[in-house]
Amino acid sequence: MLDILLPILIFSALALAAIGAVRRIRLWRQGRPSPVPVLRGLAAVPRRYLVDLHHVVARDKVMSNTHVATAGGFVAAMGLAIVVHGLGLAEGVLGWLLLAASATMFAGSLFVAQRRRNPPARLSKGPWMRLPKSLMAFSLGIFVVTLPAVGVLPADAGGWLVALVLAAVVAWGLAELVFGMTWGGPMKHAFAGALHLAFHRRPERFSDKRGGEGRSTGLKALDLEDDQAPLGVETPADFTWNQLLGFDACVQCGRCEAVCPAFAAGQPLNPKKLIQDMVVGMAGGSDAHYAGSPYPSPERGDKPVGEHHGTPHGPIVAREGTALVDAETLWSCTTCRACVEECPMMIEHVDAIVDMRRHLTLEEGATPGKGAEVIDNLIATDNPGGFDPGGRLNWAADLDLPLMADVERAEVLLWLGDGVFDMRNQRTLRALIKVLRAADVDFAVLGNEERDSGDVARRLGDEATFQSLARRNIATLSRYRFESIVTCDPHSFHVLKNEYGALYPQGQDADYPVWHHSTFINQLIESGRLPLAPGQAQRVTYHDPCYLGRYNGEYEAPRAVLRALGVELVEMQRSGYRSRCCGGGGGAPITDVPGKQRIPDMRMGDVRETQAEQVVVGCPQCTAMLEGVVPPAGNEATAVKDIAEMVAAALDNTPPATPASHDAAASQATEEVLS
Amino acid sequence: MQPESAMTPALEVTVLVSIGRHPLTGRVRRADQDARGVELARSLADAEVRLLHAGECNESSEAALRGYLGMGFSELALIEQPEGADVLPALSEALDATSPHLVITGERAERGEGSGLLPYLLAERLGWPLVSGLAAVESVEDGMATLLQALPRGQRRRLKIRLPAIVTVDDAAPTPRQSAYGPARRGTLETSAGEVCNDDEWATWQVQPARPRPKRLKIVKAASARDRFKAAAAKAEGTGGQVLTDVTPTQGAEAILTLLRDEEVLR
Repeated sequence: MLDILLPILIFSALALAAIGAVRRIRLWRQGRPSPVPVLRGLAAVPRRYLVDLHHVVARDKVMSNTHVATAGGFVAAMGLAIVVHGLGLAEGVLGWLLLAASATMFAGSLFVAQRRRNPPARLSKGPWMRLPKSLMAFSLGIFVVTLPAVGVLPADAGGWLVALVLAAVVAWGLAELVFGMTWGGPMKHAFAGALHLAFHRRPERFSDKRGGEGRSTGLKALDLEDDQAPLGVETPADFTWNQLLGFDACVQCGRCEAVCPAFAAGQPLNPKKLIQDMVVGMAGGSDAHYAGSPYPSPERGDKPVGEHHGTPHGPIVAREGTALVDAETLWSCTTCRACVEECPMMIEHVDAIVDMRRHLTLEEGATPGKGAEVIDNLIATDNPGGFDPGGRLNWAADLDLPLMADVERAEVLLWLGDGVFDMRNQRTLRALIKVLRAADVDFAVLGNEERDSGDVARRLGDEATFQSLARRNIATLSRYRFESIVTCDPHSFHVLKNEYGALYPQGQDADYPVWHHSTFINQLIESGRLPLAPGQAQRVTYHDPCYLGRYNGEYEAPRAVLRALGVELVEMQRSGYRSRCCGGGGGAPITDVPGKQRIPDMRMGDVRETQAEQVVVGCPQCTAMLEGVVPPAGNEATAVKDIAEMVAAALDNTPPATPASHDAAASQATEEVLS
Repeated sequence: MQPESAMTPALEVTVLVSIGRHPLTGRVRRADQDARGVELARSLADAEVRLLHAGECNESSEAALRGYLGMGFSELALIEQPEGADVLPALSEALDATSPHLVITGERAERGEGSGLLPYLLAERLGWPLVSGLAAVESVEDGMATLLQALPRGQRRRLKIRLPAIVTVDDAAPTPRQSAYGPARRGTLETSAGEVCNDDEWATWQVQPARPRPKRLKIVKAASARDRFKAAAAKAEGTGGQVLTDVTPTQGAEAILTLLRDEEVLR
């Protein structure tokens, strides 16, 4: 009896899965076109899965092994079951292999069940709670029905009642694991995830055989020349189809939620819920079936689910009332990329958030908080503070900095950034210049020709202002000759290095390396150009800026510099690629969405745990955010020092004093300021 | 220029917008007070708001005018005028033709002459009442508008005025909304040629950048914190004068005439 039932079950499950797949693909195809190499993408799946995806999953060893056993066992068991039971080819070793595969899968599913007994808050419940049972049903069912096939049990063992029960168990397993894959159950992640790996919007983020580390973090440029192209994303269908596919791949593991600084601060953002909301919008409906942690809400504790709903062609953010997502959710993001770094399904949360912000800013003029004012300042004065652009070098009136306009060529172009208007950052800049002079580096600055890099404008969704600033900066840069750019602002560093390239006029290239000052100082130390004093006896910790670490993979150079200084370096629990954001990125201090606590307060809490005397940073934003933290009563304030200040303090010989002569360079910088 | 007569909304509002100039960098922009005027107009219920500008049409002025379109307008009426022309005749002709109920404008332009006289001259030419320094329009009913005029130190004066009228906005008017790139790019400038009246007097003027004068130190002789606060928050305030209440229009007009003679404004 089973040998009649099983082929019917297996092939009908496969047929239903195929129908479901077509429906699912139709949902994704609602998105805007995005050309992908189909065959090359599919061919790349095994490597992307086994190397890049596994690299992320393996950060949790137990779950990684569980997944290998369960998923590997399932793929093998399903393939063999089609041959053994579907086609009736049980001869020889095949049946035994099937037994082994289903046993492995059963062992894995026991770990899955263990995991689900007291699941951490980040895991979604709901249908996910039945998954271990379904896995067991499939593996056990297949195991038992295979026993007669290899001759361990007689073919008619147990009679027809047992056969019916077994068939029902196998049918349950097949329903969840085969056609559940395409009809939207928990196993959807396997189908959508595999295709997402194949057709990822950023294929360059995957490693390659030649040892390329695979990093793609620059935001994609909007085509502003084309006045038919939508300015950002208004409806779920405005995403490209492979972005929608990516959202559908989410396995709701909640790793993003666990690392999101905004979620931890009680701001109304949960990356996992955001991605699920996009899936709800793509399919149409309400978020009532969502079974994970909701968006926090400072007033209500949590935002209840079921109040938001959307359609593929309806707005994501309502102008009035509620739609799929509230605007404050999108503006809570600090673009720190912690979620993207942790996501085992390679979903690009930050791209999606900035896409939706672009619509809010460019089409609706709805940048919250001080956003509109900052953008207006950037348009009118080329800096976010609205300062006189003629006063960019006022802080350096006594330093006699060589201007590019005068020297025209230099070894290093020192990009100062908007920190020139900030008195705290001016100390960092002075330290950096002291270091460069001590190492006898031939450098020059752009002075008043420099503009804001456009980082803040772009993260606030104002692509037009970003491109305007970028194009003018590019025109300035291409007038001068230099070997590299050095900057102490990781945001400028990232934008210059990764985002300006797409905006160069045709036939021109950004043909210079860009260095963060920590990398450059490390190069100076390693090449022996920087004579350093013997070690300082200090206990310090280092805070990785998001835009230097996760965005650009530079974790090592700042630590090497600190080692060269001889200080005692203690790491925070969350450091390196898991470093927690200071709360200063993505325009978050400008939009200032309220939460239960502040992100920099939490970060300084991390610092205090290490009992370090100082926290070393490499970013003007981090300095400002962390220095603004008031220590709790009874605690002494921990000093916040830029790495350039640390090095400058350690220089054993002061550089030759600069004469206090006010020549052309200095006097140009101190033009009269209207006030 | 004629409004579409098919569907006449309750209130037709025209906002006169000019090309602004950023105080630090001198770049063109939407003028701050005019943008506040636009915001005020947008906040009126059932109003059909029209934007009107008279001036040169070139690349830089277009960029500034698109700043107003970005506040959510699909078009802006532009009466082309050569540089240095007196835009008064062209504007009054256009307003005469469209006959809006309410004309809103800033107090003075950020570029050019910037004398702040245009609203007054326009009101005189059209024979409409004028209210200056508006903080809000409270309501419009039966051809009467209730306005809130901004006075120094946060005081407000409620006025009732018969429409059509011209009003100018104060810095106390609502902050203008963000100008969005999309609508600004899509909106159209409906250009038309207007009556050109060359300002011969202006042509002979010599214009040079103002030199920032040193600020006079404000010496506050205050005994209490309240006095110091009042001094810090004070706007320029007129002294003397008299308040006339319950007088006939004739008596009021005579009092004004007497004052103007005393002050030798009229001889």
